[in-house]
Amino acid sequence: MKNVYSTIAICAAIGLATGCTSNKTVDEVIEAPQTVEVPEVIEQAPQVVDERPVYIDTTFYFEFDSARLTSGARASLMLHAEQLSDSPRAIRLEGHADERGSREYNMALGERRANAVRNFLILQGVRSSMIETVSYGEEQPQELGSREGAWSKNRRVELK
Amino acid sequence: MSIRLIVLMCLLVLSTQGYANLFIEINRGNDNPAPIAIVPFAKSQGLPENVQKIIAANLERSGFFKPIPPADMLALPTTQEEVVFRDWRLSGAHFLVIGELQKEPTGYAVSYKLFDVLSQKVMHAAVVKGSDEGLRDISHAISDTVYEKITGIRGIFGTKMLYVQDLKRPGASRYRLMYADVDGARARALVKSSQPILSPTWSNDGKRIAYVSFETSRPAIYVMNLATGQATQMTNFKGLNGAPAFSPDGSHLAMVLSKDGSPDIYVMNIATRQLRRITKDRYIDTEPNWSVDGTAVIFTSNRGGSPQIYQVNVNSGRPERLTFEGDYNARPRVTPDGKSMVMVHRQNGVFHIASQDMASGDMRILTETWLDESPSIAPNGAMLLYATQRNNKGVLGAVSMDAGIKFLLPSGQGDVREPAWGPYLN
Repeated sequence: MKNVYSTIAICAAIGLATGCTSNKTVDEVIEAPQTVEVPEVIEQAPQVVDERPVYIDTTFYFEFDSARLTSGARASLMLHAEQLSDSPRAIRLEGHADERGSREYNMALGERRANAVRNFLILQGVRSSMIETVSYGEEQPQELGSREGAWSKNRRVELK
Repeated sequence: MSIRLIVLMCLLVLSTQGYANLFIEINRGNDNPAPIAIVPFAKSQGLPENVQKIIAANLERSGFFKPIPPADMLALPTTQEEVVFRDWRLSGAHFLVIGELQKEPTGYAVSYKLFDVLSQKVMHAAVVKGSDEGLRDISHAISDTVYEKITGIRGIFGTKMLYVQDLKRPGASRYRLMYADVDGARARALVKSSQPILSPTWSNDGKRIAYVSFETSRPAIYVMNLATGQATQMTNFKGLNGAPAFSPDGSHLAMVLSKDGSPDIYVMNIATRQLRRITKDRYIDTEPNWSVDGTAVIFTSNRGGSPQIYQVNVNSGRPERLTFEGDYNARPRVTPDGKSMVMVHRQNGVFHIASQDMASGDMRILTETWLDESPSIAPNGAMLLYATQRNNKGVLGAVSMDAGIKFLLPSGQGDVREPAWGPYLN
């Protein structure tokens, strides 16, 4: 099941990449029709999901003082975007930071992270009106402790 | 809401000799604290509070004094006639406090005298009155006067602090905004919530506080009138609503809002709720703190790639970078004299509290603990409170501005953090 999904993710990623390329290189119009194949693959996806729900990561992690999405987060978010365009629902993105540094700066950092996820989803076609973001800064750690092991789990955005 | 400030100070100036120059050097810290004897006051036994103990603990925590335990005293005089200075010189005491407590129809009156043991003279004599529940207020008032008469610095023992307590278990009162004496006593919750509370701060007159609460499941800034306990929601914008700071005259609140895209500093007129945007860029600008004269706001920004402290004139909007040492400087607080600021500073990956001289730019690290944050300066500028960790628990710490005196404030249940040292209340 996971394999099916990762192939979809890869296809989607390739589709996106070629889409981007064709936009930039305006003369290579011949390349464009190839991307049409991608939606066909996506159409199969809901059937799979209906039979047995597949787990997609809903928590995305970040580096210290950074709001840059990891490639893993991007892949998962593409799947979320597909699901959300098939069956739209209101989502809430909660941004968090680890305990280091000052609390209000971490509030801003958590918002940066939630916005990074939001902007990525919007680029993937999710309607902005369906997304609410809120930052909790360092106020609600996922894991207690003052080591990198805990910190790395607390620098996150949760999709709810 | 009953802040008991009915402590009446009746100064009976019996002796006005030139003791003004008998100051303890502030930079000596606790290397050489002055021995002081606070003799248990007459008729002070069997009361709900131990006045002698509170005064001795206050003076000891200041770092400038070493109180002599009553058990080591050769005599326990309560009147000037009973004082034998030779005994006190033998005990090594430089200063002596004696007094008598009187129960009045409502409340208490304490008359006390402060002596300079070496010159055998009265430095100060006064009567302090308080309500039935005011024994701690009386003790703090005496501590403040004794401290000021000897050091020349105004005392802060009678001031209050706010802090946030997290009981770390889900429930309607998990997060609490606490109000307490600065020695940690008489703590009580002003706000209880199942959702996070943060960034408590005072107005300069001590009558209002502002804080951020997530009680609506989103952050919002509230202002509470301490006399009535009434809280008013000031903001309800999309995105961040945080880091409130009262202007020195109490008419405006600086804050961070991200309603227009990225976190920027805004100033709100409290009466009209009118907003003025102070910074406008795509970076994080947050944690505003006013300059002493109210013309500028000092804040944290990552516009240079890492968090650093900047200052912006609220009228011209022209920003200026203030910190250059290290790759993480945040949450500035300006000292009452405006000559320096304190902040969270990262050195070798460890977060400390540091101070920086405004004129020279020289930075000095004040704390040796780690994960330090939220520095809050006492109104006399001699000490600051901050939040740190001990044994994986959030605790409050205190350090003098010369880094000579350091102590931790014992925490009750759960984590305590974000101390906000209140102003003088009179």
